[in-house]
Amino acid sequence: MKDCGLISILKTGVLLFCILPFSAFCQDLQRVTFLPQWTPQAQFAGYYVAVQKGFYQKRGIDLRLLAGGPDSPPADMLLNRKTDFATLFLSDAIKLRSKGVDLVNVAQIGQKSGFILVAKKSSGINSPKDLNGKRVSLWSDFQIQPLAFFKKHQVQVTLIPQTYTINLFLRGGVDAACAMWYNEYHTILNSGVNADELTTFFFDQHGLNFPEDGIYCLSETLNKDDRIRQGVVSASIEGWRYAFDHPDEAIDIVMTYTQEAHIGANRVHQRWMLDRIRDISVISDKNTPMGTLSPDDFQTVASELKSGGIIDDIPNINEFYVPCLDDLR
Amino acid sequence: MTSQILTNSMSPAWMISAKKSLAFKIASRTLLGTACIFFAVFFYNYTISRQTVLKTVEDNTRYLTLSTVHKIENTLLGIEKVPLYLAASLESQVYTRDILLKGIENVLNTNPEIYGAMVAFEPFSFDPQSRYYAPYICRKGDQLQSYDAETTFNYSFWDWYLIPRELGGPIWSEPYFDTEGGNIVMTTFSAPFYRKIHDDKVFSGVVTADLSLKWLKNIISEIKIYQSGYAFLISQTGVFVSHPNKDLIMNDSIFSIAEATGDMELRTIGRNMIHGKEGFVPLNHNLTGKISRMYYAPLQSTGWSVGVVVPEDELFAALKSLTLELVLIGAVGFTMLFLVIVFISGKMIRPISVLADKTAEIAKGNLDIDLPVSKSNDEIGDLTTSFENMRSALKEYIFDLKETTAIKERIESELKVAHTIQMSFLPKHFPPFPEKQEFDIYATLIPAREVGGDLYDFFLLDDKHLFFSIGDVSGKGVPAALFMAVTKTLMKGIATENLTPSDILERTNRELCVDNDTMMFCTVFCCILNFETGELAYSNAGHNPPLIISAEHKPEWLKVAPEVMLGVMEDIGYKTQLTTLEPGASLILYTDGVTEAMDHENKLYSNDRLIQMLEMEKSDCAQELVENIILSVREFVGAVAQSDDITVLALTFKGDSHPDCSSL
Repeated sequence: MKDCGLISILKTGVLLFCILPFSAFCQDLQRVTFLPQWTPQAQFAGYYVAVQKGFYQKRGIDLRLLAGGPDSPPADMLLNRKTDFATLFLSDAIKLRSKGVDLVNVAQIGQKSGFILVAKKSSGINSPKDLNGKRVSLWSDFQIQPLAFFKKHQVQVTLIPQTYTINLFLRGGVDAACAMWYNEYHTILNSGVNADELTTFFFDQHGLNFPEDGIYCLSETLNKDDRIRQGVVSASIEGWRYAFDHPDEAIDIVMTYTQEAHIGANRVHQRWMLDRIRDISVISDKNTPMGTLSPDDFQTVASELKSGGIIDDIPNINEFYVPCLDDLR
Repeated sequence: MTSQILTNSMSPAWMISAKKSLAFKIASRTLLGTACIFFAVFFYNYTISRQTVLKTVEDNTRYLTLSTVHKIENTLLGIEKVPLYLAASLESQVYTRDILLKGIENVLNTNPEIYGAMVAFEPFSFDPQSRYYAPYICRKGDQLQSYDAETTFNYSFWDWYLIPRELGGPIWSEPYFDTEGGNIVMTTFSAPFYRKIHDDKVFSGVVTADLSLKWLKNIISEIKIYQSGYAFLISQTGVFVSHPNKDLIMNDSIFSIAEATGDMELRTIGRNMIHGKEGFVPLNHNLTGKISRMYYAPLQSTGWSVGVVVPEDELFAALKSLTLELVLIGAVGFTMLFLVIVFISGKMIRPISVLADKTAEIAKGNLDIDLPVSKSNDEIGDLTTSFENMRSALKEYIFDLKETTAIKERIESELKVAHTIQMSFLPKHFPPFPEKQEFDIYATLIPAREVGGDLYDFFLLDDKHLFFSIGDVSGKGVPAALFMAVTKTLMKGIATENLTPSDILERTNRELCVDNDTMMFCTVFCCILNFETGELAYSNAGHNPPLIISAEHKPEWLKVAPEVMLGVMEDIGYKTQLTTLEPGASLILYTDGVTEAMDHENKLYSNDRLIQMLEMEKSDCAQELVENIILSVREFVGAVAQSDDITVLALTFKGDSHPDCSSL
């Protein structure tokens, strides 16, 4: 949908035509690229839905979703200006900011950490202390929480690098592994391991709540155009709300993206993911709009990063977090 | 009249329905029994057949599954050898880049089923200057394309590299989509190799061989069993690698389907499959859309599992049609059996129903009807013969009965006449002498049958003498009545004013004894009362002694000489006894029908009871006395039939007082 031409109108549909503001068709839409930090899955359902339902377009934005995945690290893509927006984990973003990268958080979607440690009961692991001396695989990019966790519980573990899959854990190569509650944990269940055969450690229950997905851009991007500043976040959050309210339709949309990307995916898993993303993203306090970054959470993450020696200084939250929720509360 | 028509018109209908129901009952009960046996056999047969079919299917699917597994394993094992060989040689030799590339190229040239091959070294282990080195050659059409050189590509976090490294042995990777190579499902065999550094075995990298699963899909999809039986393949995590439904491949796992459908049994089956187990299991429609059976067996090398699925409706199609045929044959057979039984039983029952019709006619009284002649020598024949015998016996009996009844009726009417005549012998107008106020006399004779052997009589001999008597002839009925008539007539003829009671008895006796061939006899008590003075002359011929009731109502037996009854001895003499009745005294004459009347316990009324009764009696009216005695006897015997004639005669001597009894 690059132009406001006939094909574009046909693609968008007559209904959309009626909804869209007149100006949207008379001016060029503001082109924006957006990179979800991983391959298509319900973790990014809100953005797919917002695109498909025309939520960006009605705000005068032509948002193009870029293909995420291991070959497109979002931080690099942002820095190299290969994408205008990207989703990042809060901890990664704080690291970048403290290194002087001028990126800003425009919305913090995830409120609770979905990051967990999964262990096999068959390895005798029932409590954090049981991890002592065990082989635990960690994602190289997400080690702060688990390491802090091990430190907190005073356990020594053998660290094994963790691949992008959970197969090493499934094949018995490690006793415990990292997992996202909304993704790998369900993959493990759907690989024939029963929940009662597993022990899970939710980091947020151990004082290590690292909210994850947030929407980021370089601060220069916000200054480009008012539509971008106001529209991207609002449309994204409208997409999320729509996805949570219409999960089946949202999963349909997600599945079209997974099929395009030839990602093995099934509705059951995507539905699990969407439901869990909802669990960790919806703010129970009605007065706080979705996408708000809690200063406490920011402080927790930044402090852990600092005490872990990852960062030297804690960035100023007011510079780091630029809420762009103008038209949606 | 209406009800009769109704009854007549109803009865044939009832007969017909009864006939039908009998044949129907025989047919239905026989059929019920037969059906029970049939269904038991049928069910047994079905169960056994089903088991046999299942066993055969299990054998077939096992054979098919295992042969498929064998075929796949052969190929996989063949492919495994190539990287294993290269890995082994990497452990013993040091390769230059060129030789290494040549070696990989050779792998592809000599193994057409291998899509690509790679040797990936641990960082800095191939070239201490270079972090990553992983030469890779794969097919692009007919050409081989080489991805050589040092790369920035960090492969150390990929499954095909990390897992064999951490597990310390070769692995087959989970199947994956190869986006580069035309979106085909691939799997990679990775064999680690090690080098000895200071006597330590140090991991140095992996040799991989990529395998397109196209051939495997072909093997699997070629499997056809029954009409729509098929095979599928799942990976170690339960993901569909091959399945007739292409949407499932690489997207769904057996567990995601189990979760989506909430089918925990399917999850258990899936767990067994990925845990390398083998089995034959029933499947519901969640996985296959139909109730099915599945045989599954593991691919040991990859940890994958092959399942061969056969829809149950196809397995049991032959059994089903056979069952249907059996049911049809059964239904036809049962219908025929029913008709045959109805026909046979109808034929057997027909003589009975004819017999029933005929006997109904007999029941109506038509005994001249001919019963059917039964030719059969069975129970029905016997029944017909018995009915015939019964009919003729009945006919004869009724004929006899008619005759007897006619005779009896005639005799009865004659007896009635005789009764009337006998009663007419006896004086029965009371008071008999209304002008005579000096005495009061009353008598009653109640015969046990139409005619009886008792007698009583009284008449005036002159204007101051009253003759009265009572008697009882031996036996009962007509002979006794005739003898009584003779005795009474004789006594009446003989009694004159000049004769004493004993004279009268003697003369009567003499007359009775003449030609008394029947040897009948008669007891008689006779008196002559001077009703002016109250003098009573009496004589007794073997009769019960009378009772005399004083004016003070005290009864006592009259003293009488016991003498022989009349008609026994011709020359016997009798005595006349005398007494005087005081005014107000009563004399009670009776026959033994009174004192020997029996109640239901065969107890006699008896003289004592008579005395007692009269002691209570305060009346001095003759009629009242007689009636009260009769009433007392009747009360005593109750419902017991009267066995003897009862005769009571009462005389009350009033003398000059002449109290009136007419008020009674």
